[in-house]
Amino acid sequence: MSGFAYPETVAGPYDPPPYVFEDRKDREIRVERYDADTQFEAVVEMYEAFDPADRAQGIPPVKTEAIRTWLESILDEECVNVLAWDGGEVVGHATLVPDGESAYELAIFVLSDYQDAGIGTGLIEALLGAGRESGLDRVWLTVERWNNPAVALYRKVGFEAGDAGSFELEMTAALTEAGTGSGDSRGE
Amino acid sequence: MNVLLGVGGSDDGLTALDRTIARTVEAGDELTVAVVENPAAELSLEAVRDAVEERLAEAGLDAPVVVLEGHAGSRLVELAEREGFDRIVLGGGETSPLGKVSLGSIAEFVVLNATVSVTLVR
Repeated sequence: MSGFAYPETVAGPYDPPPYVFEDRKDREIRVERYDADTQFEAVVEMYEAFDPADRAQGIPPVKTEAIRTWLESILDEECVNVLAWDGGEVVGHATLVPDGESAYELAIFVLSDYQDAGIGTGLIEALLGAGRESGLDRVWLTVERWNNPAVALYRKVGFEAGDAGSFELEMTAALTEAGTGSGDSRGE
Repeated sequence: MNVLLGVGGSDDGLTALDRTIARTVEAGDELTVAVVENPAAELSLEAVRDAVEERLAEAGLDAPVVVLEGHAGSRLVELAEREGFDRIVLGGGETSPLGKVSLGSIAEFVVLNATVSVTLVR
């Protein structure tokens, strides 16, 4: 998004997926890039199981049809998507969606049974690594400012907060030197 | 019902205008449209007022249009209270590339400060 300030240092840098790690409840979690040919339905199933109380800023949608429409747009090949798997089940999803101004908007979703287990950190680091591998320079997000666990996670992996509205905090991260505040990718 | 619609020139404001006009015709409400300054919008106050008047004329609605200069949220709240409006109607926010709804700064101010009911049009 234009008008944002970006950090002076690169987030990470993180390796691209795959990642395999044990979460804090001793489950083996695999984080991999999304495969459009075989995994769409598994992602739909994750969002059908998503607790509506964990929604933020209107996403994810609740009804299956709306979930499918939304996923068709964000699982498009120009986006970067990674999934967290526990066996054959998708338990987390993180995405980078182009904003049309040479930066990408980030969002992350983890099923409630898998929250507070360290999966969000692995998922977002894998996503930022995948984004860097795909040549992305800049990512941003908005978060409800009272969502302290999310804000803490984003800070930990290298996001910095920008101007805050009343309800939402804008945060940015640079994936490459060119994407930093002093980088030269701003003036296309 | 006596409705005050705030329009600041962003897309969601113009959507709110169309929907409120339709609702006003259907329900027989009294409508006043306030054109407000929105730093986030590209359209000038005059351009927004022209668009508003054109759409009101198309709908055959003889609703007053006022231009509020200065801080949009506080001017809307002040006008609503002073003139005894029942409700303030505003655009319900823009949608990010990912589909997140983000509330505009005017809507945030009005929701937090108005003593009358507020409708955000989605």
